[in-house]
Amino acid sequence: MPDTLYAGARLLDPATGLDGIGDLLVRDGVILDHGAGLGRPDSAGVVDCAGLCLLPGLVDLRADIGEPGHEHRETIASVAQAAAAGGITTLCVLPDTDPALDDPALVQFVLRRGEATGSLTLLPYGAATKACGGKELAEYGLLKEAGAVAFTDGRRAIASARTMRLALSYARGFGSFIVQHPEEPSLAAGGAATEGELATRLGLPGIPPAAEAIMVQRDIALARITGGHVHFAHVSTAAALDLIRAAKAEALPGGFRVTCDTAPPYFDLNETAIGDWRTYAKLSPPLRPEADRLAVVAALQDGTIDAIASDHQPRDADDKRLPFAQAEAGGAGLATLLGVTLARVHGGDLPLLQALDLLTARPARLLGLPAGRLAKGAPADLLLLDLERGWQVKDGQLPGKAQNSPFDGRALEGRVVGTWKAGRRVFG
Amino acid sequence: MSFSYRILPAGHLLAIEGLEPPHIGALLDLAESYALLNRSGKTQRDLLKGRTLINLFFEDSTRTRTSFELAGKRLGADVINMSVSTSSVNKGETLIDTATTLNAMHCDLLVVRHAQSGAPALLSQKVSASVINAGDGTHEHPTQALLDALTIRRRKGRLEGLVVAICGDVLHSRVARSNIHLLTAMNARVRIVGPPTLIPADAARLGVEVFHDMRAGLQGADVVMMLRLQKERMTGGLVPSSREFFRFYGLDREKLAHAKPDAIVMHPGPMNRGIEIDSAIADDPERSVIGEQVEMGVACRMAVLDVLARDLRRNA
Repeated sequence: MPDTLYAGARLLDPATGLDGIGDLLVRDGVILDHGAGLGRPDSAGVVDCAGLCLLPGLVDLRADIGEPGHEHRETIASVAQAAAAGGITTLCVLPDTDPALDDPALVQFVLRRGEATGSLTLLPYGAATKACGGKELAEYGLLKEAGAVAFTDGRRAIASARTMRLALSYARGFGSFIVQHPEEPSLAAGGAATEGELATRLGLPGIPPAAEAIMVQRDIALARITGGHVHFAHVSTAAALDLIRAAKAEALPGGFRVTCDTAPPYFDLNETAIGDWRTYAKLSPPLRPEADRLAVVAALQDGTIDAIASDHQPRDADDKRLPFAQAEAGGAGLATLLGVTLARVHGGDLPLLQALDLLTARPARLLGLPAGRLAKGAPADLLLLDLERGWQVKDGQLPGKAQNSPFDGRALEGRVVGTWKAGRRVFG
Repeated sequence: MSFSYRILPAGHLLAIEGLEPPHIGALLDLAESYALLNRSGKTQRDLLKGRTLINLFFEDSTRTRTSFELAGKRLGADVINMSVSTSSVNKGETLIDTATTLNAMHCDLLVVRHAQSGAPALLSQKVSASVINAGDGTHEHPTQALLDALTIRRRKGRLEGLVVAICGDVLHSRVARSNIHLLTAMNARVRIVGPPTLIPADAARLGVEVFHDMRAGLQGADVVMMLRLQKERMTGGLVPSSREFFRFYGLDREKLAHAKPDAIVMHPGPMNRGIEIDSAIADDPERSVIGEQVEMGVACRMAVLDVLARDLRRNA
């Protein structure tokens, strides 16, 4: 592969705080150098980046993909297409597939399928319990050797306190952590929306917001007694964020560890998006009142939240064109992850580099990956962004197969114009 | 271009919430005139002549379905009853499939009852007919609220300022929700009475006062509206037993004595005698207006069909 010079870009590297005009040189799929006014080596191709931002490809902590078991919703090939269009070059996928990723061979299968796309690193989570059934621990050591990035039961909460205690404790022995869907299942059972005035008006069974805080509090206590590391996915309530903030302040190096992520719907939408029975806005956890949305924004600002994940959940029309309580929860999120996050930048809530840090370097650090930064020697996973270009999210016109975006109709500012994986152009 | 006034601007009746007081008043006035017409023994069989009304019931109901059937027939519509058994739903036929079938039948007016909140709204997006919600899940039952309001208005002469106590399983009641929206819109003072496990979250935000002590809740009430308690609520653990429920939330003479001496007692039916209401009260002609509610049901449904059919003619 000939060298490529990305010329005259606004280079953005959240890991180092770099924000300046310069060039970036890629050789053999690796970043060779970057800075102001690099010379152009003989035979190097040039990508003119004038007026555009060049940043690391996004590292997305959480996506449910159709394969294996639900290929009618989405395949790894269509996930790769959507991810490339969304600027995502590393994607962690949930293990509660069919079959669940509780066997080293299945983890290797997903890894290989990711490599075969040539455009996306797929990092499977291993199942926290066998068949993600919440009872017996899966083989963390063997799964990790096979490439599992951490352990979770995906969209299912690990309900038993004893199982969670053992999982946190056992994972610690392999230097790994447990990702929890923080929702007390007996309080959430049968619920379709956040309990409160809106659910009462719509006649929908409610999930009390405390279902999240109760699970977060329990698991922080379990992390404390095991010295383990718990990561809470898609945190959406003020009460849970307060608990996480307090636990982080208390945690000492070498002791227990608490981290968390959230997803764009929880800082861009509130529960009123489900008005008129919009099943595309039916998510798990459900959308919250405005006060919780504001608390999520505040936790992004003060660093309590470690990463923004797409929480991509492909669903097809048959899953969604149903009465609200019967419709499946979940929203497509790959193509809108960056745009919706940038809405918080354009809206003045977050500085640009801080927002991008939550999509690149911080999730990469959490996973111990070399991705997510513009360092010399790092893989040339790159994203070229037109920060000001406007576009509209339209159901039916999203890249990839899944079209169930909760942001349907949303106008966004900031569009991916090119994506490169290990130096190879995969989008734009 | 005509600027004629439309009582149901959406072309459907999916919910009371969102209707303005003048719309509600106009529907009640029209229903009142149908009540008089029905009592006179006359009919008006040309109004819906050539129109097809389909009663599409995904949940069992005798009372409401018969009421709509009678209303449609008195206005001259061709009425067809479709009971969609749960088995054909289990075979995989979706609401959307049903809508396609109904469109092919050129149905004009579609009356829908469904166990899921929002199902009639979903159907209304997919069918060409005017949709009338005959009860959806725990969301709304708009024609029940209209018939209750008409019954109250005939007995009390007004709605404004009346104290109405809605008692029992408010959490699961679509009747309660529609009544709360209608009565608060018409400036009645609405109280809801029940154990905390059967009161919906943030109920006070709907503009009602919440009581857990039934005697306090009935104090000075003009209207006592009882709700049906489903047996499943006991097995679901929301109420420990029917005897405990009747003791504290069942309507008997002693509790009713806290309401105004001329308070009327209502029930949407079917009643669980001895669970939410004592038979002595249910059958007391001085107090109970349960029979009149059924009569007003037909009149209100005629009014709704009339109003929606006017829009059909306008669009034709």
